[in-house]
Parts: sequence; C-alpha cells; structure tokens
Amino acid sequence: MAHKSQRRSAMLLSSLVAVSLGVAACGSSEDGGDGADAGASGDAKTKIDCAPYEAFGDIKGKTVTVYTSITAPEDEPHIKSYQPFIDCTGAEIKYEGSKEFEAQLPVRVKGGNAPDIAYLPQPGLLKTMVATGKVIEAPPEVAANVDKNMPDWKEYGTVDGKFYGAALGANVKSFVWYSPAAFEEKGYEIPKTWDDLLTLSDKIAADDPDSKPWCAGIESGDATGWPATDWVEDVMLRTAGPEVYDKWTNHEIPFNDPAVATALAEVGKILKNDKFVNGGQGDVKTIASTSFQDAGLPVLDNGGCYLHRQASFYAANWPEGTKVAEDGDVWAFYLPAKDETTKPVLGGGEFVAAFADRPEVKAFQTYLSSVEWANERATTCGTGGCVTANKNADPELLKNPVDKLSAQILTDESATFRFDASDLMPGAVGSGTFWKGMTNWITGQDDKATLDYIENSWPKS
Amino acid sequence: MSTVQTGALPESFEPADLEPPSKQQKLKKSTGEAAGALQSRWASLVAVLIAVLWTTPTLGLLVTSFRSQRDINRSGWWTALTDPGGFTLENYRQALEPGSSASLSQYFINTIVITVPAVLLPLFLASLAAYAFAWMPFPGRNALFVAVFALQIVPLQIALIPLLDIYVNKLGFGASYWSVWLSHTIFALPLATFLIHNFMRELPAELMEAARVDGAGHVTIFFKILLPLLTPALAAFGIFQFLWVWNDLLVSLVFLGGTPDVAPITVRVAELSGSRGSAWYLLSAGAFISMIVPVAVFLALQRFFVRGLLAGGLKG
Repeated sequence: MAHKSQRRSAMLLSSLVAVSLGVAACGSSEDGGDGADAGASGDAKTKIDCAPYEAFGDIKGKTVTVYTSITAPEDEPHIKSYQPFIDCTGAEIKYEGSKEFEAQLPVRVKGGNAPDIAYLPQPGLLKTMVATGKVIEAPPEVAANVDKNMPDWKEYGTVDGKFYGAALGANVKSFVWYSPAAFEEKGYEIPKTWDDLLTLSDKIAADDPDSKPWCAGIESGDATGWPATDWVEDVMLRTAGPEVYDKWTNHEIPFNDPAVATALAEVGKILKNDKFVNGGQGDVKTIASTSFQDAGLPVLDNGGCYLHRQASFYAANWPEGTKVAEDGDVWAFYLPAKDETTKPVLGGGEFVAAFADRPEVKAFQTYLSSVEWANERATTCGTGGCVTANKNADPELLKNPVDKLSAQILTDESATFRFDASDLMPGAVGSGTFWKGMTNWITGQDDKATLDYIENSWPKS
Repeated sequence: MSTVQTGALPESFEPADLEPPSKQQKLKKSTGEAAGALQSRWASLVAVLIAVLWTTPTLGLLVTSFRSQRDINRSGWWTALTDPGGFTLENYRQALEPGSSASLSQYFINTIVITVPAVLLPLFLASLAAYAFAWMPFPGRNALFVAVFALQIVPLQIALIPLLDIYVNKLGFGASYWSVWLSHTIFALPLATFLIHNFMRELPAELMEAARVDGAGHVTIFFKILLPLLTPALAAFGIFQFLWVWNDLLVSLVFLGGTPDVAPITVRVAELSGSRGSAWYLLSAGAFISMIVPVAVFLALQRFFVRGLLAGGLKG
C-alpha cells in the first residue's frame, strides 16, 4: 500500500509539472486571457502525465473519430474516460456508436469513409479488416504499452506477425449467475468442482420438482447460437485443457476430435437434460427460442431456476432495481473447473484498430493502451462493464461488484485466460456454422452429426 | 377530419374543371363502379377482416409500449387487456430521455432536415423529366423511358459502396446531408418519373396545343398549366417518398453515420435497446414516438393519396 501511495504522489508531482509546462506553452502560443483560462481549468481536471502524448507534436484542435458497437447508455462512461487525454492534448474525440457496427464498418472501409479508430469486438473481425489493407499497424508506443500492461492479449491483436490492435475492454465469460437468497434458503453451497456442480444440479432437481436447476437461452437474432458456443468453449477448457483448446481454435485438431466430443457430451449432460433445463421456460427445445437477454431472468423468480451460465456483461440485463452483489438479489460464481488446482477462464474483449496514420490518432491509441486510461475508465464507470485488459490498472477503482470479481479473476496468477474460441475461428465457422450447429444440436441433432457438420464447413486453405 | 375534407374539396377540384366534359363523365362513371363494388356485403366483411388482422400487431405494440419491463418480459400484451391497471408511462419517459450526447428533439430536427429536401428534390426533377417524356418528342424517347422504368428493379443496396466512394473520394462531401439528399433523390427518381409521367400522359393534348397556339413555351406550359393539374399525383408520390425517407435507416447509416449532430430519429430508435439489446422493452415506445409525424402527414394528405393512385391507374 505504501508503495502504491508513493507511486501516486510521484504521478501527481509529474502531472503538476506537466500542467505548469502546459500553461507555459499555452501562454506563449495564444493570447494571454485565453491561456490563463485554459490553465485554470486544466489545473483542476488534468490528472495524468501528459508527456507521452506531447511526443506526438501539437495536435490541438485535431479530431479523432471513433466508431464502436457500444451505444447509449454504455457509451457515456466511455466518452468521459477520454477527458484526461482531451485536457492534455486539446484534441477532439468524435464518438459514434452503432448497433449495426459489424455490418457498417466493412461498408465504410470499402467506400473510403473509414473511421480513424474502431473498436473491434473480435480478433476474427480484425483479421478481416487487416485483409482489406486499410488497417494501420500500431505505433511502437502502443506496442510498448501492451508489452507492459497486457502481454497475454498481444497475440490476439496480431495478424501475420504484425501487431495492429491493443486490447481495450475485457469481459469474463466463465460465470454462473444465481440467487444468493435462494441458495441460502435451501442450504446450497457454491460448487468448487465440475462434479460438485453436477451433483448440485441433481440435488436441486430432486429438491424442487416444480422448477429446474438451470435456465438457458441462445436466441439472439442473426447471432442465434452464440451462448451455446460459449458453453462448449468453457467446458472444453475444463475437460481438455488450454493446450488442446488452442489446437482446437487453430484447427490443429479437427472440430470432430474426440476431445471436442467429450466436451460437447459434458455440456449435453446439462443443456440436453430435461430434468435440468429449461427453468421458467419449458423443455430443452425452448433454449433455442428463448432470447439470451431473457434467459436468466427466472433466477429472480422464486423457483424459476437456480443457475444461469452467462458472461459478466449479463449484469446489465437484470431489470432496473435488481441488486447485483454478493448479498443482493443476484450474484455470480466462477464456473468451476475439473478440480481446484486449475482455473481456466474464458473471456472476450475489444481491440483498437486504426484506419488513419495521423499523429493525433496514434496519440489516442497510446492513451487507450495506458494504465491512466484503464484507471480513468474504472473511475468514470457508470453501470458496470468497465473491466479492461490492462493488468496494471488499479482494481480497487472499480465500483461495480461484478467488475471487481471479473478483474480479480482476470488478474489471478493461478488463472489461465483463453479468448472466446468462436471469435478466433474463421468467420464462416466462428460466426456461422458453429452457431447454427449448436442451435440444431439443441433442437435435436446428435453430437456426432453436429461436430461433423461444423468440421466439414471449415474453410479449406 | 370530415369537415376539413369537405371544406377543401371545391378548391382542389378546380383544376379538374378545366378538363373536357367527356373526361369528367368517365371519371364519375368509374368512381361509381368502384363505389358499387365496395358496397357488396362480402367485400366489406373481407375488408374489415383484413383491416383487423393488419391492425392487431400495431395494437399489440401500442399496448406493450405502456406496460412495465417486468410485464413485457413475463407475459403477452393481450393479458393486459383482461387485467388492466398495470399501465405505465415509464417506457416513454425513458425513450424520450436525452441520450448521452443529444436529446431526442435533435434527432427529430435532423430527420426533418433530411426528409424535406429528399422529398422536394425528386418531386421537382421527376416532374420535369416526366414532362419531357410525356410531351416533348425526341429521338429514343421510348427506349429511354423503358430504361428509366427498368431501373426500378435495381435494388439500391448494390449502389451503396460505389456511391459512398464517389461522395467521399470524388466529390469530397463525405458524411454531409448532401450525400443523403442526393442518394434518396437518386433512388426515388425512377418510380417518381414513371408515376408522374403516367398521370401527365392522361391530360388532354388539346390543352397543350391551345397553350402553344397562344404562344406559350415549354416552361410556361409546365409551370402555368401542368404543375397545378399535377397536384394529386405530386401529393401521392410525396407521401410515398416522405414515408420512405422518414423511416429510412440504411441509407442514413451508410452515408451519414450515427453521430448525434446528423443522425435521424430511426438511428436513435434502433439504438434504444442498448449495446446488447437488454433494453428492448423501450422499442415499442420508441416506435410510436417516431411514428407520430408520418401518421399525421398521412392522415392529413390521405385524400390526395387515394385520388392520386386512382388517377394514375385510369388509362384510356
């Protein structure tokens, strides 16, 4: 702790120096009254060391356009987190969020109207964008920041040996949501191993014949099926281990390999078991028709269902007024591993890709990969979902309990992080046949036919 | 509504008085036939049935927009009809709430700024083109007209990327209102030209000849004689185009982008549900907010709409 406060005071000192330098610079370049004004407001606001961004030259008044899939109300905290950079450099950030991001980005890039910076939610999309030849390699400053702050994530932002995108936000997918009150009432314990989890499911099914232990839903418009792929990936990490998981992702083992079949069979023990699913909805097949947003809501109903596996970002889905905390209405536990010695974590995140080669864009990229941004993101965080891939960020700054839990898991030394496999696989599989195959699997197709179907769809080359 | 209609009738019928009696009678006769067909009991029943079927989803949407998030998630809208009392304005309050960077009124103004020129521009250009096709003989006229007509089959989606490229790289106005105005005009012109041309062809040639004898040129004929006569057709197409542009999301997203200073209301409604769609219960309220203006416009202009459609269809 003492060390930390020392570092903080050092930071404060250096930022003070920077501010005074900034004031001096303002005074010389602009007329007196204006400069004094800017200095006064900067004094109060500027919290970070501006030196790294001054290296990019004078970028005052320049604009950087940012295009993302993060829309209101989640966009506001994002925009706020850019303020220190704006205070430092005087550059302007023009933020645009769109739910049609993934369809519109290729159109804009091809039409010559690319944004300066885009937050790509999948490494697979980064590959596709790099293939257009319009993505600019990340500057050395960003690479240095990434080596220091998020080394595990560097390979996901690298295409053909060139580093393009630093990771931005991160989320943890290995979570099971539950109601602490319901657990306490029935005397259930948080399971420590995968077998414990299945035993607990059996016990819930036996205790309460009116409800089911699990609820699930994979309907998500064009992307129907993705929550089921997360299930397979999570279980694959547990039954086969991270090394086999990597081989599977890179297609070094076929999709219908026995290791994958084992994982799918394990998932089937829960998702295709009429005794276990689908709480609050009906039988197994309703999983395919229940939207992922609504799927977990029966957890809140007494006896709707008890367990719901979904990522940390599901926290935003609980109706307004729901208290998401360990002692609240709903909370999450880590999806247990085979035994207590290993701790594989499945997660996802966004990557910053630049389409312009200007100094202000590079300066902004550098800012986004810095510890200062990650901390600012945590302090300006609105409703949650502010965990970053930056392992040097101060986890104490996160206010939301789910964010805190996610950050703990992500920075845990014993945890092994793996990126969502379907985001890494080629688009035809990862956001195509894997989704479709899993949907068909839920509605009745057997394990072998499903895996063979996905394997046969893998692009040859 | 009815008083407004009857009050306005004589005035708008004025141009028709210019027409020779034979035309007038024919019009009356066919209107009478149409009315006769509509008076059949079975036809009325079918019409009512269709109307009810088509309105039910909208009614469901309306009921849903007044229900609380919890109710929407848990039960169908029809259950609210048997058990009223749970209605709330909360969805509307949240949908109308200013977004992170702009209030809803900003988006409303953007939509109006986009829509008005995007309706007037094709109307004006198409009526000029239609006049040329209808009353100015020139070589290759029919072939050209067929070509314009055929353009209607081309889906606008295939033009998006090339057009964007032209706007950004060749003309250099990128994401400005000009690109949506021009795009909407381009996409509307074939149908507009075709509709207005058909209407114009039906006007008696004697009218134009008489004017020419009196020394009027094309410009005078077009502005002084044809334009007043065209009102129903222009209004009919104007409503079409207005509804299309007002409800458009694709063209604006591609050419204009979604920044609050330019984006139309449809972009805002599409984003109401949040990044991961968790607030989809707001969509029903958002839909009704964005619907208000088109519905008002349609109700105000519907008599033109029906007359314009009928007039375009009476050949002979």
